[in-house]
Amino acid sequence: MKAFGAALPSCVLFLAVSVVLAQNQDPDKSPTSAAPKYDPPVYAELQKAPKKAQERRNPLENDPDAVAAGAILFEQHCAECHGKSAEGTRKAPSLRTLEVQNATPGTLFWLLTNGVVRKKMPVWSKLPEPQRWQLVRYIKSLGVSAPAAESPAPKP
Amino acid sequence: MFPTCRLALFGSFCLFLLSFYSAPCAIAQESPYFVAYDHYLEEPGNLEIEYFSTFGTERGGNDFHAYWAEFEYGATAWWTTEIYLDGQTTFNDSTVFTGFRWENRFRPLKREHFINPIFYVEYENKNGADKILKEGEGHDVESDFLVSNAVARSERIHEIELKLILSSTFKGWNFTENTLAAKNLSNSPWEFGYALGASRPLALKASAKRCTFCPQNFVAGVEMYGGLGDRHSFGLHDTAHYLAPALAWNLPSGWALRISPGFGLNDNSHQLLMRWGLSREITGFGSMVSRLFGGRK
Repeated sequence: MKAFGAALPSCVLFLAVSVVLAQNQDPDKSPTSAAPKYDPPVYAELQKAPKKAQERRNPLENDPDAVAAGAILFEQHCAECHGKSAEGTRKAPSLRTLEVQNATPGTLFWLLTNGVVRKKMPVWSKLPEPQRWQLVRYIKSLGVSAPAAESPAPKP
Repeated sequence: MFPTCRLALFGSFCLFLLSFYSAPCAIAQESPYFVAYDHYLEEPGNLEIEYFSTFGTERGGNDFHAYWAEFEYGATAWWTTEIYLDGQTTFNDSTVFTGFRWENRFRPLKREHFINPIFYVEYENKNGADKILKEGEGHDVESDFLVSNAVARSERIHEIELKLILSSTFKGWNFTENTLAAKNLSNSPWEFGYALGASRPLALKASAKRCTFCPQNFVAGVEMYGGLGDRHSFGLHDTAHYLAPALAWNLPSGWALRISPGFGLNDNSHQLLMRWGLSREITGFGSMVSRLFGGRK
């Protein structure tokens, strides 16, 4: 009985922490917008990939099933934050920007493997390597979406 | 079973139903381990609701069925926090609520390394009838469970448990090593234990078609765990050890099933610990709670 009496406040504390953390998510984002504005610093992580990682080639580059498999994996693991069409939500940035689409497959694989733990992107090395390469194939197949492309492109 | 226990289990059941009917779910990529931990934390904002059972044999006493509900929340990408509610039924004896645990796991390093450390801190508030055997520690042996529930539950245990989790992933394999130190906050010595695990998905490439029985949805592994004595008598004497093959099945519907028959390796161990579990991950739980309290839509 005493244990349950102590469990209840713990559960309340647990919920309170959840609420506080949830409230603190993306404080700079508009509350009404579903997708974030284009935010260059978010993509700076891509520049941190070591040269050796950037130069890695996708071993599934010529696998005809890789994009289809990657699409399923994306829906299962990534769409919740990046959106079903990868155009971003207030939780995570668009993957259809020039920065992402111009990044080498090795860079994207490195980012998937290491995550950006301090910025809420989890480590995805729990997916086996071939599945991460399948995801990279799918992401690269998406191309740049029109609105996202406008902001970063240099204007004449 | 006394009413508060019923209330706790009923609450857990309601949350489980909620997750089944209304909440968006994500396919989990669960490891098959029951005792060992790897270095993967819950995704931020997600809540995983889990139910686990352990059926154990008892030589010279009554077999038992211990169970726990687990609520695992990804507070950030580097911090996962969990609440456990534990209970057990000893055959020919009774059913008791045995207590709760609050567990936290922290990832200190930003990037993935060959060996990835995780710090684990847990507070346990339980009674002496606890039989979930979530870890092997100290000189805990099979004969400890011969005491009847009525007597065992009168003992209150407040315990702090620390673990260093060292985990690696290589060519699809996960190898993990957990070192445990636990301290009963009454005047008891530090106790020690270990858990080792290895696992691998049955296929490394994902199928291009949606499927339930594809080999990549299954993760097979094995874990070994046991006690290492205490501060005054460190070592393997009078300790129990187990070896347990394990299998996890991550269904596309978002559910994950796990099963693991564990076998005692010496005379101090239960001969069989049959474990199984069911879990479901709710995505965006943090945001749902936030909205409940008037946060952003």
